[in-house]
Amino acid sequence: MLLLETTVPTFTLIWFLLVAVLWIGYFFLELFDYGVAMLIKLLGKDDKEKRVVVNTIGPLWDGNEVWLLTAGGAMFAAFPGWYASLFSGLYLPLLLVLIGLILRGVAFEYRSKHHTSQYRSMLDWFAAIGSFLPALVFGVGFANFVSGLPNDGKLWNGNFFGLFMPFALVGGLMLVAIALFHGSAFLALKTSGVIHDRAKAFGSKVGLVALALTAIFVIWQNVAYPAKSEFGNFSAITWTTGLLTIVLMGLAVLMVTKERDGWAFLLTGLSIVTLFVGIFFKMYGNIGFAQDESVDVMQRLNMVTAASSETTLQIMTVAAVIFVPIVLAYQGWSYWVFHKRISTKSIPDDVETAA
Amino acid sequence: MDPVTLARWQFGITTVYHFLFVPITIALSMLVAVLQTIWVRTGQERFLQLTKFFGKLFLINFALGVVTGIVQEFQFGMNWSEYSRFVGDIFGAPLALEALLAFFLESTFIGLWIFGWDKLPKKLHLATIYAAAIGTMLSSIFILAANSWMQNPVGSVFNVGTQRAEIDGVSGFFALFTNPVFIATFLHTLTAAYMVAGGLICGIAGWHLARANGRVRDGQLGEADAHIDTWRWATKFGAWVMLVASVGVIISGDLQAKAIAQTQPMKLAAAEGLFETKTNAPFSILTIGDREATEAVFELSVPGLLSILAGSDEVKGINELDERFKQEGYFMADEGRQKLQEQVYQAVKDGTISPEIQKSYMDVSYRPDIIVSYWTFRIMMGLGFVAMAIAAFVLWSLRKGRNPLPSKLITFAAFALPLLPLAANSFGWIFTEMGRQPWIVVGVLPTATAVSPTVSVGEVLFSMIVYTLLYGGLAVLEVWLFLKYVKKGLPEVGPVEVNDDPDKPMSFAY
Repeated sequence: MLLLETTVPTFTLIWFLLVAVLWIGYFFLELFDYGVAMLIKLLGKDDKEKRVVVNTIGPLWDGNEVWLLTAGGAMFAAFPGWYASLFSGLYLPLLLVLIGLILRGVAFEYRSKHHTSQYRSMLDWFAAIGSFLPALVFGVGFANFVSGLPNDGKLWNGNFFGLFMPFALVGGLMLVAIALFHGSAFLALKTSGVIHDRAKAFGSKVGLVALALTAIFVIWQNVAYPAKSEFGNFSAITWTTGLLTIVLMGLAVLMVTKERDGWAFLLTGLSIVTLFVGIFFKMYGNIGFAQDESVDVMQRLNMVTAASSETTLQIMTVAAVIFVPIVLAYQGWSYWVFHKRISTKSIPDDVETAA
Repeated sequence: MDPVTLARWQFGITTVYHFLFVPITIALSMLVAVLQTIWVRTGQERFLQLTKFFGKLFLINFALGVVTGIVQEFQFGMNWSEYSRFVGDIFGAPLALEALLAFFLESTFIGLWIFGWDKLPKKLHLATIYAAAIGTMLSSIFILAANSWMQNPVGSVFNVGTQRAEIDGVSGFFALFTNPVFIATFLHTLTAAYMVAGGLICGIAGWHLARANGRVRDGQLGEADAHIDTWRWATKFGAWVMLVASVGVIISGDLQAKAIAQTQPMKLAAAEGLFETKTNAPFSILTIGDREATEAVFELSVPGLLSILAGSDEVKGINELDERFKQEGYFMADEGRQKLQEQVYQAVKDGTISPEIQKSYMDVSYRPDIIVSYWTFRIMMGLGFVAMAIAAFVLWSLRKGRNPLPSKLITFAAFALPLLPLAANSFGWIFTEMGRQPWIVVGVLPTATAVSPTVSVGEVLFSMIVYTLLYGGLAVLEVWLFLKYVKKGLPEVGPVEVNDDPDKPMSFAY
């Protein structure tokens, strides 16, 4: 394919694609439940309304989060060098992500286990902060991957405050806004009544913010950091996916205002997919680390040197071919089981007596 | 403090904390599935009540197990980057498979189980808790295979070109699961988990049984009377689970002792405080060492028992092993090495491994912390046996229809039954991991060479404080909720049927 000036072994290529798929799946699925969790307090005026918001993702959020864990595990197994240098380099940002995931991970289950409004308010804050942090950090993080993390050929050697360059801040804000937009589209699709109406109204506003930030981000990305390197020239593709992202998100805003809930959610989701397809094309070969092309490819941290042995990649490929479709099937089934819209009428008064 | 010690402390704190929730998750998920099966089969309401009662406790526990588990997966890369880089080719695969096969299964089906009561037909709903329980067990298979590889690095070779351990062909991958250390560890961990969950059911049900019995004695009939039979059944059920599991723990523990004796002679010697090599070696019950912990000044022991447990007449002592490791490099009890251990040792001798690893391999002190190894091993066994005895006592005291009355002893037993085996789990792991020192991968990679070079002492200290505070706060929240729902007792249950009407309240919602 496309101008591969440096040859990449087939299984390394496959695993780069799979890691990209896992990250993109994670963003598609979990950005909406981050958004929903941030909206509990904003859209729910009384406890029952808040519970409508929580219950739209109640049975689903945990399975969504596993996409992130699988992406992390796949990076460890398929690209140990990538996993090791990235996770140790971005120590403090990842700590923030973990704090967030811990807080939101207990929020939903524990919320229902005690009734006072003070207690529930605390857990709603856990959910909101715990969802805001990973969205923000991954936005900042992926912007840094686009620009290329500084490194000595093996380890990250930048400094913490260097991560917060203006482009990265746009990335962080963009991902939070997209989460809110995607989340409100999901809420509009999954609820009826007052929450539906508020989600729609909120979505049509935050959608414009997300659209503006995304437009700035993708244009900035393509102008300042074109996807062109020794591993190939993908700049035409990233321009295409970038512009497509803007168009899809613009259409999503339109669909929200027209109350085409299903289309709106699908379009916010697709715009997330195209956004990250563009980002991963930019990361192809360099895996988000700056490349000093005066040094031999094999002496640098990149997709080829970070990869596991061919045997490991082959074994993992067999496992992925068998189990990824199975996972998709049962996770899809769980979405189908809980496909009905819910409203304040479907929320029982008492959580205690039910299991 | 140096970065290695700090990173080890952080790993220790977060892992021991995580493992407080793991045994209950693994075993209670399956036991709740069993309770629900009995309900589906018999249609008796009391089994539905027990399913929901223990199901709720399981979920309160599960939430913390999940969130603390995420930290574990990230921590390898964050704090142990050079370990991850060195072993990722073989160690990463089981972790990725754990996520793909186990985490998806448990998280998706737990969601279906919690919210599926009025959405799925009875038998399909029952299948969801089994799927989740199987997921937790699969998870333990993969992570224990990975950990056992660190104890006994089978199926791998050292690649001088890439300077890392790599899988030794496709058979190397399967060797992870036929590793004798893994088989013994898996059985031991699984049965130990059932001791905890059995103890939990027995303790809580026994406490409620005594309370209900007390109310009946005080003339309050009605509900209390109806619940007596339910709690009595659950108390006996929990006690039997615990006793059967204890037998499994003992048998698998013996298997594990033999596996350790062969693959990690130093760990066995440290566990026994065996300083000098002995034939017909005694099993130490209590030893007081001298201040440097290099020889024993007082010993109480059973003659010959250690040789029997280890499965060989001669058991090598700490001093001999230490001396010979310095001369000959690491070796196992039969004086052989795994392929990876051999190749790394050769690379150290030839200078074809990184200078840091070479220096560390040569200079390392081969003694794990003897006092920690010796005592954690004993405390683990002691707690396990005491817990087993309490379970047996519970069964004896319920003989011929007798029911207990509330007393301080009952309350004590209610706490002791789950907490003693839980603490035994913790001590067992501390022994396993501390006894592995100074290696992160036995005979291959010294722990000191495995930390992340880019992470500062300040950063580790900061994250350690953050985790400790966060985990501490969550522990308070968790225990408070757990006790609240323990005290609540059996829930009221209504008819369970599929509800298609979106305007009718769901039978369960957060």
